[in-house]
Amino acid sequence: MNALRAILRNVSLRSFRVWQRDLDVYLTNWKTEFLPPLSEPILYVVAFGFGLGSLIHRVQYEGRELTYLRFMAPGIVAVAIMFWSYFETTYSSFVRMYYQRTFDAILATPLLVEDVILGELLWGTTKAVIASTIMLGVLSVLGLVAWPSGLWVIPISILAGVLFSAVGLIVTAVTKNISSFNLPMFLMIMPMFMFSGTFFPVDILPKWALAIAWCLPLTHVSFLVRAAVLGWPSGFAVVSVLYVAVFAVGLSALALHLMKRRLIQ
Amino acid sequence: MSPPAIIARELTKRYGDVEAVRGVSFEVERGEIVGFLGPNGAGKTTTVRMLSCFLPPTSGTASIHELDVCEQPRDVKRIIGVCPQEDNLDPDFHVMKNLLVYGRYFALPRRVVRDRALELLAFVALSDKAHAPIQSLSGGMKRRLVLARALLNEPRVLMLDEPTTGLDPQARHAIWTRIRGLRSHGTTVLLTTHYMEEASQLCDRVVVMDGGRILLEGAPSTLVDREVGRTVVEAWNYEEQLPQYLRSLPGRLEEVGDRLYFYPEEGDHVERLLDQRFPTQDRLIRRATLEDVFLKLTGRALRD
Repeated sequence: MNALRAILRNVSLRSFRVWQRDLDVYLTNWKTEFLPPLSEPILYVVAFGFGLGSLIHRVQYEGRELTYLRFMAPGIVAVAIMFWSYFETTYSSFVRMYYQRTFDAILATPLLVEDVILGELLWGTTKAVIASTIMLGVLSVLGLVAWPSGLWVIPISILAGVLFSAVGLIVTAVTKNISSFNLPMFLMIMPMFMFSGTFFPVDILPKWALAIAWCLPLTHVSFLVRAAVLGWPSGFAVVSVLYVAVFAVGLSALALHLMKRRLIQ
Repeated sequence: MSPPAIIARELTKRYGDVEAVRGVSFEVERGEIVGFLGPNGAGKTTTVRMLSCFLPPTSGTASIHELDVCEQPRDVKRIIGVCPQEDNLDPDFHVMKNLLVYGRYFALPRRVVRDRALELLAFVALSDKAHAPIQSLSGGMKRRLVLARALLNEPRVLMLDEPTTGLDPQARHAIWTRIRGLRSHGTTVLLTTHYMEEASQLCDRVVVMDGGRILLEGAPSTLVDREVGRTVVEAWNYEEQLPQYLRSLPGRLEEVGDRLYFYPEEGDHVERLLDQRFPTQDRLIRRATLEDVFLKLTGRALRD
């Protein structure tokens, strides 16, 4: 509790300036930044939807039947939320912190470490929101999104964006050099990418694997995104929202703690 | 008289068993230019980083314009300018944008920042580079831009950590001229350096550090007079009798490799005496400098 109070005392609106710095860089390169989230869903839809989907045809989900393409489409949005925020606060934040010494430069001004980390967290979240919004647009054009429930994807991507940005910052805080990022990538992110109800319903997994799957944050995120995109409301969403919210706050506090330890020696 | 710009009391920084800074106390008056000298690992940078709120001291206190560096870091950082040892300009932005973005961190109005940025770019002679990418600047230009950036908030205290390391003589003199120019504004400057010439040229006072402690402080010329006297004799290719002879004179003799250094107490007669006794000896009689003081205090052994 005291730790949390200490954090909150030093958090300020100045973190917005850090977010604004990252946004300015993004806008300078907007042409190259916009393209990946635009092409990514098309790639997935063609490969998995049309390719794999033509073999699978129908999927049972939440007691109903739907085409594989419709099942998978929300999964790739959930994956994008994770990837875009996680990559921003690992590789990109690490480059800013370690190679460019941008954090050091900012810390010479009235901003504190708390502001810098919160700014990075918000920026990682923003990248997730931008990516999921663009993908939502592309999937809508393909007729794969139910409206207006699809709009829920935006608040979900804010919450989940904070969570995965915090995970990324935790990794960055304990990483010595940039090649070490491969380890959490293959031990944490790739398994989540594959086993979190993104490309197949988790309930077809064996019981033990199912239990593990529901411990992974991405399972809850893809569950929520799918409910929104398909327009199939579910009471279990409350549990998932709570899970994501609690982890988002808890992991953010941990990220801040570890980053302070890393930056102030 | 107004209170000192910087007050440090028993500042200490410990990393595990290693004490990087061991209880240093000093004051810097407003408008003064003070240079911290010392070999690598002396604790200069650690001291500066504690004063600029980068590092929390293990013990001791420090204040800038009566603001405590631990308790009021935001207020301290609002009135100081920091020039770090390593350039950390933002490579994602061009020159002007670097200053504009930096000004936002101080919550300065956009127009104020723009006006000051233009002024400062002129001050450091980078006006024609306003829209150049950082990567295209030379080392000296980058250093000047870092200086301009540190001045953006019109700091009352400027902290420069090795401002001219690695620069060519032109760039170094360009930086010196600008630092001297700040004196007329009443800006207090604390700088660290390895260059004795830099310290003698710029500083009202120097502080010599080694092993995390302050060994000595004072005005450069006073220190030279007090510690080594006025004159230094350097001799090489010398006969065996020369060291013996010099030892018989009042002063201090040092043998380093194949070279002799003699610091006479009475410098005036040395030249005449040497001309009489060793007329063909290879020698150089020169004025003592801060470097002689530095080497006397910190020794000639290599540091890393």
